[in-house]
Amino acid sequence: MFDCEMSAKKTTLLVTFALLLLSASELYAGVGGGVEAKESVDLIAVLKFTAVFLAGLGAIFGIGLAFAAKKFAVQEDPRIDQVSESLAHAHCGACGFAGCRQYAEAVVMKPEVAPNLCTPGGKATAEAVAKITGKEMTQLEPKIARVFCQGGRSRSSRRFKYEGIEDCKAAVLASGGDKSCIYGCLGYGTCFRACPFDAIRMSDDALPVIDPAKCTACGMCALACPKKVIEILPMSKEVLVRCHSKDKGAATKKNCQVGCISCGICEKVCPYNAAVVENNLSRINLDKCRVCGLCVTKCPTNAILDYIPKRSKAFITEKCIGCHKCVTICPVNSPSGERKKRHAINEEKCIGCGICTANCPVLAIQGTINYPEVKEAFEAKKAAAAKVKAEAQVSN
Amino acid sequence: MDFGKLFQLIIAASLINNFVFTRFLGLCIFFGVSKKMETAVGMSITFTAVMVISSALSWVVFKYLMIPLQLEFLKIIVFIGIIAAFVQSADTIMKKISPSLYYKLGIYLALITTNCIILAVPLINAGEGYSFIESMAFGLGSGIGFALALVIMASIREKLELADIPAPFRGLPISFIVAGLIALAFTGFSGLITL
Repeated sequence: MFDCEMSAKKTTLLVTFALLLLSASELYAGVGGGVEAKESVDLIAVLKFTAVFLAGLGAIFGIGLAFAAKKFAVQEDPRIDQVSESLAHAHCGACGFAGCRQYAEAVVMKPEVAPNLCTPGGKATAEAVAKITGKEMTQLEPKIARVFCQGGRSRSSRRFKYEGIEDCKAAVLASGGDKSCIYGCLGYGTCFRACPFDAIRMSDDALPVIDPAKCTACGMCALACPKKVIEILPMSKEVLVRCHSKDKGAATKKNCQVGCISCGICEKVCPYNAAVVENNLSRINLDKCRVCGLCVTKCPTNAILDYIPKRSKAFITEKCIGCHKCVTICPVNSPSGERKKRHAINEEKCIGCGICTANCPVLAIQGTINYPEVKEAFEAKKAAAAKVKAEAQVSN
Repeated sequence: MDFGKLFQLIIAASLINNFVFTRFLGLCIFFGVSKKMETAVGMSITFTAVMVISSALSWVVFKYLMIPLQLEFLKIIVFIGIIAAFVQSADTIMKKISPSLYYKLGIYLALITTNCIILAVPLINAGEGYSFIESMAFGLGSGIGFALALVIMASIREKLELADIPAPFRGLPISFIVAGLIALAFTGFSGLITL
């Protein structure tokens, strides 16, 4: 702030000299407000006077500004600049603040603002911000943009032919867009243009495809989409009903081949009661969902999609004690075997849901997506049991 | 105090001699910040406030310093200095006293410092020999005129974003055409009041 004032003073000084030259020529030509009435002008005197006047004025301004800068100096926490430097500077607004600077100020000044809100910056930024502000770092669950429509040009019908500019926001103005389904993606690529990270491309079927490697979950696409087809959801929840249609089943079916017709099969089949049909639309409760993918295999319209490209199948190790639990619990009847003997899994039937892995009493089933977390929980439980046992022995 | 005269001054400055549409001054800011309504409104408020206060300040300096000292020929440089110093101090003080206002309007202040309309208003005041109140009224009228121009242009340009414009006219060219058409419409105000 202060050197700004210094430069203002310097500028004033320079301008004074420039003016001395300029006004001299003006005086010779006989123009310029106050001097033209006089017949002859004492050039030296006027120049001196001008110089004194401007220098005085410049000095007053300079001193005044310097004084104002001192008196009204704003004490800024030096940590704000440090935080600001470590942010991603995408100015995407994913943190909920107007810009990176505003977030930096908020995170330093206010104790309730979490240090991990900068999603484009990722883990490194969150760690740096937490270190500077001294706040506890909790890893933000990685999120991603999900597209809630599968009805591309070839699989859905249109009410009329739209010939306006290629933009969803413009298309929506024409009585809600040309798609028969008013909840679906219009496919004119507004999200694709809104993405600051080049993470969205439009498929041949005019649907946005999110690149999970590039998506930072900043939410610009969700904001831009006039149909609100894009949502920002946790990356780990990979089974979703990719439809927003609240039309009655028959109407949805008429409009689109892959819409949710609210048949309720997912609701019945879900072992964790995560899928709930409401307002003619099934929605998976992400807190309950364990990503088993059972609903994906049962959905009659393929409205539920599994984002995991290829699920690994379960297999039973020699730890199996033949308790038969997996046979009774499997939703697709893939395990088989005699009691008290090692069971086997029919790989063709297995959908890799991991329900058996989670329920096996001896952790004998491996290979499913949830095996690492089940194993962790199993070992923690074992350790806790051992500890209790040791304590009991000590007390004895 | 003749209120009729002041009212006439304000109307004349805002509509008949609108700085943007009839005098074609301040076009840089006019096209720069008229893309969005929000920025246009922020700019308009800041602009009008700075205009009124700087015309008052320059009037005082001109009347009580420069005329007695016969230094009227220095008015351009002095007015630039006054406006720059005022805007800079306003920036500093606002940051301390009202940070929320600073974050809303502060970004426009830097743009205003070297704006030609802001300079033109004190110069015209000095040239026409307006009184203190008249100078401020003229500043206010000019500010309202600029605000009007910005708001009209911003609302049109927000719609233009969605319009099907031929490729060579997209962006600034169509804005210039629109500004020209509005200017043409503003000539309708001429003769409304004869000062």
